[in-house]
Amino acid sequence: MLRFVLRRLIQMVFVVLVLSMLLFVWLRSLPGGPVSAILGERQTTERRLALEAALGLDQPLPVQYLKFMERAVQGEFGTSTKVLPGEDALVVFWSRLPATVELTLLALFIAITLAIPLGYIAARRVGSLSDTSAVIFSLIGVAVPVFFTAFLLKYFFAVEWQVLPVSGRQTTGLDATRVTGLFVLDGLLTREWDASWDALKHLILPALALATIPFSVIFRITRASVLDVLDEDYVRTAEAKGLTAKVIRGRHVLRNAMLPVVTTIGLQVGGLLAGAILTETVFSYRGVGDALATSFREKDYAVLQVLILATAVIYVLVNLLVDIAYAVLDPRIRTR
Amino acid sequence: MSPKRTLVTWTTALLAAATLASCAESERDGGGEGGASEDAGTFIFGAAGAPEMFDPYYATDGETFRITRQMFEGLLGIEPGSAEVVPELATEWTPNEDGTEWTFTLRDDVTFHDGEPFNAEAVCYNFERMFDQNEAGQVAGEYWGYVMRAYKNNAADALYQGCEATGEFEAVITISGPTSGFPTMLTLESLSMQSPKALEEGDANGIAAEGEGFSFPAYADAPVGTGPFTFGEFDEANGEITLERNDDYWGETAKVGEIVFRVIPDESTRRQELEAGSINGYDLPNPVDWAGLEEDGNSVEVRDPFNILYLGLNPEANPQLKDLKVRQAIYHALNREQLVQSQLPEGAAVATQFMPDTVSGYNTSLEPYAYDPDEAKRLLAEAGAEGMTLEFAYPTEVTRPYMPDPEKIYEALRTDLEAVGINVKTVTASWNGGYLDNVSGEPGKYDAYILGWTGDYDSAYNFIGTFFGNLKDNDFGTDTMPWGKQLADDLEAADAIVDEAERGAAFEEINRQIMEEYLPGLPISHSPPALVVGPGVEGVIPSPLTAEEFDTVTVGGE
Repeated sequence: MLRFVLRRLIQMVFVVLVLSMLLFVWLRSLPGGPVSAILGERQTTERRLALEAALGLDQPLPVQYLKFMERAVQGEFGTSTKVLPGEDALVVFWSRLPATVELTLLALFIAITLAIPLGYIAARRVGSLSDTSAVIFSLIGVAVPVFFTAFLLKYFFAVEWQVLPVSGRQTTGLDATRVTGLFVLDGLLTREWDASWDALKHLILPALALATIPFSVIFRITRASVLDVLDEDYVRTAEAKGLTAKVIRGRHVLRNAMLPVVTTIGLQVGGLLAGAILTETVFSYRGVGDALATSFREKDYAVLQVLILATAVIYVLVNLLVDIAYAVLDPRIRTR
Repeated sequence: MSPKRTLVTWTTALLAAATLASCAESERDGGGEGGASEDAGTFIFGAAGAPEMFDPYYATDGETFRITRQMFEGLLGIEPGSAEVVPELATEWTPNEDGTEWTFTLRDDVTFHDGEPFNAEAVCYNFERMFDQNEAGQVAGEYWGYVMRAYKNNAADALYQGCEATGEFEAVITISGPTSGFPTMLTLESLSMQSPKALEEGDANGIAAEGEGFSFPAYADAPVGTGPFTFGEFDEANGEITLERNDDYWGETAKVGEIVFRVIPDESTRRQELEAGSINGYDLPNPVDWAGLEEDGNSVEVRDPFNILYLGLNPEANPQLKDLKVRQAIYHALNREQLVQSQLPEGAAVATQFMPDTVSGYNTSLEPYAYDPDEAKRLLAEAGAEGMTLEFAYPTEVTRPYMPDPEKIYEALRTDLEAVGINVKTVTASWNGGYLDNVSGEPGKYDAYILGWTGDYDSAYNFIGTFFGNLKDNDFGTDTMPWGKQLADDLEAADAIVDEAERGAAFEEINRQIMEEYLPGLPISHSPPALVVGPGVEGVIPSPLTAEEFDTVTVGGE
């Protein structure tokens, strides 16, 4: 197991290296750049050249990349020009990460707690009205873009009915104590219950919108997987042995059906991070996705690079965790 | 998982949670509902972006200046609601005969937020600090470079030559030669007065260029000025900047106890937040929303236009544009009256020259070029340019005060040009994604483009000098025109005239020449940007320079 984990971590280093190189070249091949974003209408050739020289953007690409790598090994990933000017891009990432973690965890929690039971029920009652309705609902979830869902949710719940906040992470003037950057958790830890509740209210709509992505996939995989397992010989055997329905459901059907579901959840993390860009933008929610959108618009190279690389690392790590969870769920994999 | 293992896992988790909880103490003061400042109300403003940092000297964008403007003051100020220069930290200023030595009499009742006295020594310390910048600071201190031309290491080229404290409250600033920009430029937010002690302690000039960006010294996070608000905190995680009322302010203290700037990048979200009552105002509402916002009980505060939208023409990219007749033909082809009525907000006006009418040097005798497609066709035929092709560009992913919807403005102009037989080739690029590079490159890449300018301060040179004063490096390619050098020289000469009336007359004449003899580009319109405040908010005075000060604002009648 340890060798397996180590091998995957080494693979990850290579993935990040190659990706960093591709990113570096791609970003700088795009027209425009941070200099335009800084100078605006005040831009003249003379000022542009002076600023490019000061920021080292006039150097040949390989030189720029080597300098980037030289700094990177010392833990410095470049200075933000627009998202959080003056700060190292990694600081920007860490400052935005808790918001996105909070959002994606809640979205995943909503998706899993709804999709797995519904998928199981739909499979048990295949062909019934509830099954058909749930399948149609999940299809809508896949088909409707997440930003549209986000707009709809915001329009009805925040603007029309005003039951939840429109945007942001916490109400202005709440005077909440920051500990971990996870606002809901911070409120619980410091016993500032109102701050925790307020942060949760700000999370609900973006998390619901974001949850539509994994919900549909997890629901459909659970349903298909349970249907497959229900037909397996060992389930019939268990029934023939006279095991109770509860034991068969828990020990034989669900546990076996969960293997592909767990893999799917891991793969969904990538989709969630992509969806977070749109969701966070719609709700002005200050997470990694919002920073990514801003850094792309403002050509903040350092932040853009670090956020994309960090997202890739998270994706690889989550899938590694999924593989480990897989082994926990399926003892046959563990013993191999 | 066995019951035993489950028990161990849960116990460990609970212990970990309890340990974490014991480390985390609430930092709330527990003093009940705020202090005097909070009791006086909070004005919450929806900002389109986060500030760059808080030292106005290095700042370059409007979102940063909006915040620093509440904390800092310059020697000269701007009359609220106009572009007129008025006393601020200096009560009087007088030049010597040749306009190179300016004596400033300072207020004697001002202290910085840190308790340090404001006096002539502080003024000179500030100017020397701005003048003496390291390599990175010289590039980052964009406004100083723009108005003062050079820094201490290149002192001979600089407008600023020195500052002397001739009395406790009297300072003399020497400049290399008279210019219309001085002392008006001292209204610029970047040239505000800051506490010498805080500048020193926070290593304010310790800016460095590293990792493809500028890293700022500690001072940039803890600025100290003299204004009606002091710096509170920047809650980066929640995107909020809080300023607190300066109860020791030398003037009338602010009406509200706090201002909070909440970063909400999306314009429709800002509107929704205003409707939900969670913010009290925001800048640049889309003109199509103005009526709806008013109907909902909000107040749309329209500023007087202090900008210009123009159609830039680049003879370097298309030699046919060197012919005055072709440029005049293009101008006659444009139905600007209709464009202003259909695409720009109420209060917008057709431009007759490259500056708004509030600037000294505006030529009132100039009439707008008539919309006359037949004349346009005749001129094109005379120039042998019938059916000419024009590569015409507009920017995407941007709105500007003078250009609320670039695409729609472009479409209107394109339709007019095609109606007189010009073959228009549409080009687009995003604002930061190549548009500005292509416009301002040397040479520029587009034949024609739309762009504009919002004035920094009340000076003719700040408009037409910016456009045509730099012969070698401007967006209109005037260095390829026979009159380009003459125009640049005339602008320099007019700018150096000491007598205000004489200088105004000289700029008026140059404006006439630009429009009647040269026509290097085509001024289109002046557009009034607005800001909107919610019900119960009073006292916002819209500024043509978008330089609102919020000390007069009240919220909910408080």
